[in-house]
Amino acid sequence: MTFVGWLQIALVLSAVVATAWPLGIYMSRVFQGQRTVLSPVMMPVERLLYAAAGVQPAKEQSWIAYTLAMLALNGAGFVLLYTLLRSQGWLPLNPQGFGAVSPDLAFNTAISFVTNTNWQAYGGETTMSHLVQMVGLTVQNFLSAATGIALAIAVTRGITRSAVGTVGNFWVDMTRATLYVLLPLSIVVAILFAATGVPQTLAGSVDAVNLDGSKQAIAIGPVASQEAIKQIGTNGGGFFNTNSAHPFENPNTWSNILSIWSMLLVSTALTFTFGRMAGDARQGYALLSVMAVLLIAGVAVVYGAETSGNPLLASAGVDAAGGNMEGKEVRFGQALSALYVVATTGLSCGAVNTMHNSLMPLGGLVPLFMIQLGEILPGGVGSGLYGMIVMAVLTVFVAGLMVGRTPEYLGKRIEAREMKLAMLALLILPLAILGFSAASVMMPKALESLANAGPRGLTEILYAYSSAAGNNGSAFAGLSANTPWYNATLGMAMLLGRFAYIIPVMALAGSLAAKTKSPASAGTFPTDGGMFIGLLIGVILILGGLQYFPALALGPIVEHFLMQAGRTF
Amino acid sequence: MSIRPQSELFDGNILRQAVMGSVLKLAPQKLVRNPVMFVTGVVAALVTIVFVRDAVTGANGLGFTGQVAAWLWFTVLFANFAEAVAEGRGKAQADALRRTRSDTPAKLLLHPDDADDNLWQPKSALDLNQGDVVLVEAGDTIPADGEIIEGIASVNESAITGESAPVIRESGGDRSAVTGGTLVLSDWIKVKVTAAPGSTFLDRMIALVEGAERQKTPNELALSILLSGMTLIFLIAVVTLWGLAGYSGTVLSLTVLIALLVTLIPTTIGGLLSAIGIAGMDRLIRFNVVAVSGRAVEAAGDVDTLLLDKTGTITYGNRLATAFVAVPGLTAHDVAEAALLASLSDETPEGRSIVALAKGEYSLGDVNIQASQSSIIPFSAQTRISGLDFDGRTIRKGAVDAVLAFVKLTYDESPAEFREAVQAIARTGGTPLAVANERGLVGVIHLKDVVKPDIKARFAELRAMGIRTVMVTGDNPVTAAAIATEAGVDDYIAEATPQDKLAYIKSEQAKGRLIAMCGDGTNDAPALAQADVGVAMQTGTQAAREAGNMVDLDSDPTKLIEITQIGKQLLMTRGSLTTFSIANDVAKYFAIIPALFVATYPQLGALNLMGLATPESAILSAVIFNALIIVALIPLALNGIAYRPVGAVALLRRNLAIYGLGGFVVPFVGIKIIDVAVSTLGLA
Repeated sequence: MTFVGWLQIALVLSAVVATAWPLGIYMSRVFQGQRTVLSPVMMPVERLLYAAAGVQPAKEQSWIAYTLAMLALNGAGFVLLYTLLRSQGWLPLNPQGFGAVSPDLAFNTAISFVTNTNWQAYGGETTMSHLVQMVGLTVQNFLSAATGIALAIAVTRGITRSAVGTVGNFWVDMTRATLYVLLPLSIVVAILFAATGVPQTLAGSVDAVNLDGSKQAIAIGPVASQEAIKQIGTNGGGFFNTNSAHPFENPNTWSNILSIWSMLLVSTALTFTFGRMAGDARQGYALLSVMAVLLIAGVAVVYGAETSGNPLLASAGVDAAGGNMEGKEVRFGQALSALYVVATTGLSCGAVNTMHNSLMPLGGLVPLFMIQLGEILPGGVGSGLYGMIVMAVLTVFVAGLMVGRTPEYLGKRIEAREMKLAMLALLILPLAILGFSAASVMMPKALESLANAGPRGLTEILYAYSSAAGNNGSAFAGLSANTPWYNATLGMAMLLGRFAYIIPVMALAGSLAAKTKSPASAGTFPTDGGMFIGLLIGVILILGGLQYFPALALGPIVEHFLMQAGRTF
Repeated sequence: MSIRPQSELFDGNILRQAVMGSVLKLAPQKLVRNPVMFVTGVVAALVTIVFVRDAVTGANGLGFTGQVAAWLWFTVLFANFAEAVAEGRGKAQADALRRTRSDTPAKLLLHPDDADDNLWQPKSALDLNQGDVVLVEAGDTIPADGEIIEGIASVNESAITGESAPVIRESGGDRSAVTGGTLVLSDWIKVKVTAAPGSTFLDRMIALVEGAERQKTPNELALSILLSGMTLIFLIAVVTLWGLAGYSGTVLSLTVLIALLVTLIPTTIGGLLSAIGIAGMDRLIRFNVVAVSGRAVEAAGDVDTLLLDKTGTITYGNRLATAFVAVPGLTAHDVAEAALLASLSDETPEGRSIVALAKGEYSLGDVNIQASQSSIIPFSAQTRISGLDFDGRTIRKGAVDAVLAFVKLTYDESPAEFREAVQAIARTGGTPLAVANERGLVGVIHLKDVVKPDIKARFAELRAMGIRTVMVTGDNPVTAAAIATEAGVDDYIAEATPQDKLAYIKSEQAKGRLIAMCGDGTNDAPALAQADVGVAMQTGTQAAREAGNMVDLDSDPTKLIEITQIGKQLLMTRGSLTTFSIANDVAKYFAIIPALFVATYPQLGALNLMGLATPESAILSAVIFNALIIVALIPLALNGIAYRPVGAVALLRRNLAIYGLGGFVVPFVGIKIIDVAVSTLGLA
């Protein structure tokens, strides 16, 4: 670890907070129907869209209607994308002439992009036509991100309103999230990416003549535009198989910084939006502080573990001065690679600029654990905020009891119904991650996909299901996941992690919306101070630790001790 | 306030019955009410089956399996024991109450409509119906709850209240309700029965203290859901661990997996949860308050606003003399002397307070005046003046205008200082009494409604707890404001009618506040019913007692404060033990995980932070600790954790430090000690 490295990390994170703050305030205005700078341009478009779709923008929905609308849109998105993937061979904009995608891979990929996971069991440049990349995948990148933002806003309304039956209008929230937030940001970020050297073209490949005279086709395409929404919408699905480690997706330090900044931006901004809508900015700061503390702690562990290097290699005579550089790009360096690893897993982004499978045992433990903590640090666009709110509800429940009152969050009493819904949501991740992992390791057929034996193999499987259920989409690599078993089960894990999670959370929001807000008093536990921040961090760590410690002990933890003892597999 | 003698925490008799009870509570239909303990019971049965199977097949490790099975059963038994002890303390009180509900013979009046016809026939109290009219004479026990329709009697209500001083009950007004099981000491009354057999106040009280009608309260339900959810999560973690361990080349036995599961699921709080609830109700009863439901006790902890009647709660209810002000040329001492003389024969509280003030602060001695040489001028509503004539002196005190008329002055002719004093007293909500003698005006006595000395500190305490106090009074706004300032209440309602009270409660509730109030009159009943916590006074009317959700047997309105604290204590005990229970899991992981896998991965021994002797002793020690901690915490569960009226943050910091940090550290120490014992004794 170096001072300059930490300085780089600090500067990038400061830039994120400095820009997320105005964006968050802007979003609170957008979703509360107030005028913004973009209103003159977007209002007519918005009105036109509502008129065409027959949406009455002033009519709000109950949580059930809101959720059903969301499920209908995402269901339709899945069907369209699946059809597109199965029929790409007959469709235009396919310069490389790729054939239809296999049914299980099409199922997996369609779910993956609808759920904002962007798990890619395929190599993009060798499987998908430009049409699929642009009309299928990129459109879903927008829709899944907008869905996340809309849901987060609906949940925020549920908590901050008093005694109402509605949480907003899904169609309006979707439209505004796309028109006012994602589209303008993507245009700006795509131009910035292009400026750093990322290609943006409809051509399929360029030919290069190698030194030995042979010709090599180098894949290119509309990369910058997809890269922008991939990061802004915490989708993470790369144009190329090696994702942000590829020199065309992420050519240099500037593009790397731009990648990190743009993936953290919206999720961070939503905490400010939350505070604004709650009428108490400090409530948002508190949630952001929790995210920041845990994120930075994660970076410290990865940075430390990676720069200290592999003792086995050092004893074998390899120069250990640079730390563990296997799987890293020299152009990014240790500090920003560590930040990228932790940010992409603390978010449910899943873009990678480093091979996670090449991380040290403890360095690999962190991204895995970040995902297992529930993708809330700061989490995917929208999903991070509502995931954090579920943890906050749980925290105030225990804390509220300890101060001798029926627990309240932002003046809303947390009672049996709320606890039931919060616990239902919490059960989804361990069920999907641990359940499918255990099932996989008991199937010899599934174990054939592993590249590594021993604890590392277990980590690869655990990581795959964590990534899918957490809607992260990054791969630890080392697991050949394009098999019917993994395509099907990872697809189910993604569905569970997205939709089985959001239904109880929306029910929770609906139930809270109907409650009368009670005024705070000296006997109320304040949810904007250091005490709450500390407690929330404790609850997240202890709850996550208790769920996954046995599994992690058999994966990265034991591997760490084995490595120190000099044992390899 | 009388506090019932607390039954000893570990009273021998209660303990014996609790041991029996904890075995009886193993019945599955009883156990299923507590999900965490039900899971523990089921897996204990599973390990027992494994033990029997191994015993038959002669497998290895029989001693280990047997010990784990035994300790799992102990875990369930200890939890049952906690509940049984809590119930036992209530039962002891219920038995005492039940003795008073013996089969009292009642005198059923045959012609209740005829007031002069006292012809009655004997009938068992258990056969009385609603609407029957019975005659109760001196020495009789009142057979059922009812309303006095005729007569007046002194009644000993100690069976219900524990207070042996008799109270007066009479027909009409706010003191007409009588309770079955109480004893008429003198005179006679005719009582119309208002409660059906089996649902009298005494019956309800017995049912409550026994816990027979106990249902889970809203917060207890929410906590049970959290605990059940945690249990499910750990179930997933443990079941899948079997598969993951298989991949790593470790075959985990059912016994060790179950040991891991039971140590992880929140058995500590799960086992003590119902005991905490029962003990909370019991604590309330020891304060002589009967709550209709546990829900009301919980609500008491959440109360934001206390509505308190001024009279009797905040003030003594009588205007008392607090100062003497002299006219120019005289001293306060002169006023004191005149006032003392004028009040010598005044037996009203005001008069006695004047005497007390004059003798106390102005050190005036007893005055001996022979009755033959003096004549007392008594107070009358017409003259509004009283006094004493003796030795040619005439001393008078009374309403300002009446005294001015006596000294033949108009208000404007009186000295400016006198007028100022009168106005100043009136402005602060006091009552000025003028004093005069044969020579003219002497001065003014300042009478005021005196605020109880310690009440301001209590309100400050409440404010620290986050509770607002609102004073309700029939006084005019000026008086009300003065007393409100002096007592330190947050708000007041002056010239309040019962409708005002009701309207105030409704408007506060619409703002999301929870309101507590107490009352005794029939006209309080709507407000008592509307309030979230309505405490009716035992001396109150039947209507008030029906409307409230608590009855204070001591009829002490300030007890609302204790009730609130008991409610808070109940929730805090639950929250703190939940935190303790979950924090415990960290140490248990460090005991069991290395023990499970050290055979496959010896390097995982690095996680054996406690340096436990063998894998078997580590697992067994964790299970034993898990069982024993329940017993160790029974006293805490029954007594509740200490509540201090400080702000929420300070309270949380304290409880987190004790139960969070403590819950983290204690098992590391405890498991290590048990491990040393287990390995020394050669148990594993």
